[in-house]
Amino acid sequence: MAAPVVGRAVPRKEGRSKVTGQARYVDDLTMPGLLHGVTVRSPVPRGRIRGIRFEGGLPWDEFTIVTARDVPAPNRIALILNDQPCLADDVINHAEEPVVLLAHADKGLAERARQSVVIDVDPLPAVLSLDESLSGREVIWGTDNVFKSYLVNSGDVDAALAAADIVVEGEYETGAQEQLYIEPQGMISIADAEGITVWGSLQCPYYVHKALTTLFSLPDDRVRVVQAETGGGFGGKEEYPSHIAAHAALLAMKSGRPVKLVYDRAEDMVATTKRHPSRTRHRTGLSHDGRLVAMDIDFVLDGGAYCTLSPVVLSRGTLHAAGPYYCPNVRIRGRAMATSTPPHGAFRGFGAPQSLFALERHMDVVAARAGLAPDDLRRRNFIVQGQTSAIGQVMREPVEMDALLDRALALSDYHRKRETFDRANGHSPVKQGIGFASFLHGAGFTGSGEVHLASVVDVEATADGHVRVLAASTEIGQGTNTIFAQIIADTLGIGYDQVEVAQPDTANVPDSGPTVASRTAMVVGKLVETAARTLQQTLVDAGLLGTGGTGDAFIHACRTYIGTHGALRARSIYSPPPGVQWDDEAYRGDAYGAFAWAVYVAAVSVDTATWETRIDDFVALQEIGRVLHPVLAAGQIEGGVAQAIGYALLEEVIWRNGRMANGQMTNYIMPTSMDLPPIRVFFEERPYAHGPFGAKGIGELPMDGVAPAIANAIAHATGAAVSKIPITPESLMATIDRQLEAARV
Amino acid sequence: MSDAAPCTIRFVVNGRAVDVDAHPMARLLDVLRVELGLTGTKEGCGEGECGACSVLVNGELVNSCLTPVLQAAGATITTIEGIAGADATLSALQQAFIEHGGAQCGICTPGMIIAATSLLARHPDPTEAEVRTGLAGNLCRCTGYMRIFEAVMKAAAR
Repeated sequence: MAAPVVGRAVPRKEGRSKVTGQARYVDDLTMPGLLHGVTVRSPVPRGRIRGIRFEGGLPWDEFTIVTARDVPAPNRIALILNDQPCLADDVINHAEEPVVLLAHADKGLAERARQSVVIDVDPLPAVLSLDESLSGREVIWGTDNVFKSYLVNSGDVDAALAAADIVVEGEYETGAQEQLYIEPQGMISIADAEGITVWGSLQCPYYVHKALTTLFSLPDDRVRVVQAETGGGFGGKEEYPSHIAAHAALLAMKSGRPVKLVYDRAEDMVATTKRHPSRTRHRTGLSHDGRLVAMDIDFVLDGGAYCTLSPVVLSRGTLHAAGPYYCPNVRIRGRAMATSTPPHGAFRGFGAPQSLFALERHMDVVAARAGLAPDDLRRRNFIVQGQTSAIGQVMREPVEMDALLDRALALSDYHRKRETFDRANGHSPVKQGIGFASFLHGAGFTGSGEVHLASVVDVEATADGHVRVLAASTEIGQGTNTIFAQIIADTLGIGYDQVEVAQPDTANVPDSGPTVASRTAMVVGKLVETAARTLQQTLVDAGLLGTGGTGDAFIHACRTYIGTHGALRARSIYSPPPGVQWDDEAYRGDAYGAFAWAVYVAAVSVDTATWETRIDDFVALQEIGRVLHPVLAAGQIEGGVAQAIGYALLEEVIWRNGRMANGQMTNYIMPTSMDLPPIRVFFEERPYAHGPFGAKGIGELPMDGVAPAIANAIAHATGAAVSKIPITPESLMATIDRQLEAARV
Repeated sequence: MSDAAPCTIRFVVNGRAVDVDAHPMARLLDVLRVELGLTGTKEGCGEGECGACSVLVNGELVNSCLTPVLQAAGATITTIEGIAGADATLSALQQAFIEHGGAQCGICTPGMIIAATSLLARHPDPTEAEVRTGLAGNLCRCTGYMRIFEAVMKAAAR
């Protein structure tokens, strides 16, 4: 029996290939006769296509040219509403919408050709802000520009607000954020009338598979999707790869040659999805003893020009909008609106960072108005085990936010620093502040999502004494390969090196659902464990292994079984943990199987000469069930905190006429090694009964609580009524100037 | 660029002398990846911001996406493929990146290891501030850099 590896920092499975440069990403692949594809995009946010001209005196007859006329009807990329065209036909609905595809063997010539296609468009009025969309003056979607709305209603909010001792209102905004994985998106395809194969940078092989089988009306076994090594995703490679795969397949089909379609950075930034911008309004009623008696929350997302994933992003944001608190009267109205910008999409956190920024910043504002310390207000209102959330979810598992808060404040020396800063700030041009956020993140798909997905994992034994995991869950840096191997190794008592994880390839792995929603460890990992146990039981039933037999006895039995039967494979299919129920119609019930809980604390210095904010210390404390791998888990938190520091302070998408104007790493600024504080990560481990070895989800959590903690710290340092991220020096100075102006009047 | 005549350019890469026929202004990055098949060097931005294409030219850290191949004529170049020993033994940095979580998705890792190799050549016993400065031209979106700093410090201590 091999030594257990769960909870230990075993080497990453594909670590060696990554540090030696041997790992093959899509742009590293090539094929004989390869053509290079490029995409010609709309120059305007909205209009009617009058014509397409091929200029520049280029040898156009050498090019493979694809337009909407080459796309099989109904020219849609399958997702939720199937509303987004594969290529724009007649109508343009956002800037950078794909219109023409070109392919040529000479990559340089293909790029020149891209710039030589002129799309003549008769412009139509564009809707370029949430307010314009909400006004309904120009209707670009349905009858009212609303992609989706939800209403959560518990208790009697209006009566409770009328009776509250204090009512505090606030409005909060968050900007778009680019995922900025360092590997731009790309696909290679070979295709003919018989079938399609694509290799690419992607998170969800079966999303791409469904998009291709739907678009080309092909049976499942005629489309094959293979994940190449993927250089980061963060949600950005959840839905958009379906487009690139379809485009590459169209060019491959028309040319009869393999086609590589890899975006450069500028195209990736301006054309692919980003985090939804948001606006949240809070009206909060408090009793004289500091208890929340009413929360009235209006949460609005900018979805861009097509529906894509906005309904589910909106749902997660809505379901997290009341945070880790108990309140008897809650109304949350969530709406995702259409605008004429490229569709916004999945990005780590998926709606929750937006609504939790608003809530956790607002809680500090409420505390100040009530004359309570920020921690005191939260302590009076944390939800506890046995209470029911606004969504109607009974907290069955232990919830210990009080203890988390105590520990996080102690680790960050919060109380002492708060006092010291308050004393010292008056005389100093550099103002120091400390702030925190307390929050939660639901793991797995929202509501009945996991039940509908009905994910599948296979595990097989190999003739050479190894066990191989067959799952569609992708390794995108977060450690899928490693944790699956750990789970198998400890379930079967075999060595970590005896476990292989198959490359996700729809010809070879079942549909384990998408690699999103903090579901890989908790949901798919549990399926991996269950499939391994089924494999074991098969050997027991065959009389080759004693009940629960592991280690060498297990491997020996596998070999014997394979010798007789040729193959040994076991399957597991998702079923929800007992008692978990969600009512889609009523939009109530158990929103998530489990929650991760956290308190994050930021200490900052703000230079009042430049209004630059420096983060001096960052403490991230969370309860995520059992930690499967300490180095990977800390890496997930540190990486998420870094992205969220960018979200809070640096990363600003500048929109001009519906197009990202700063689509370059030169002027869209993400954190470098010089910009980050020490990120101090701590875990509380409370094993979750329905996760593998007690694990819950982790990946998205760190995105949620950083921006409000920093905003609260900046407000503490400067007194600025910060309500919008990113908090750039310019925006902070403007906030302060407005406050000074208002004070003078 | 495509109007200029191709010429033969000779340099040494990872200890091997090579002659390549290329336009003089072709990016060293493309020559390495396409002509020489050394795809460990990555393109993240194509404008010298992200450092994924970092290589050593005569021991100097450069962005190969900004380097015309003509500048490499006669030079000695090291790419990620030349960092491990001839017997495939990993360098101390490569080993430390695996052990301490310095690589997640891996796309910045070759450039990061090249930059760290350059850093340790200049500062064999670096402070964390020197590590931060030395890697400031290499962007990583996965790790938040903390484990990269740790890996470099641990490799230096070996």
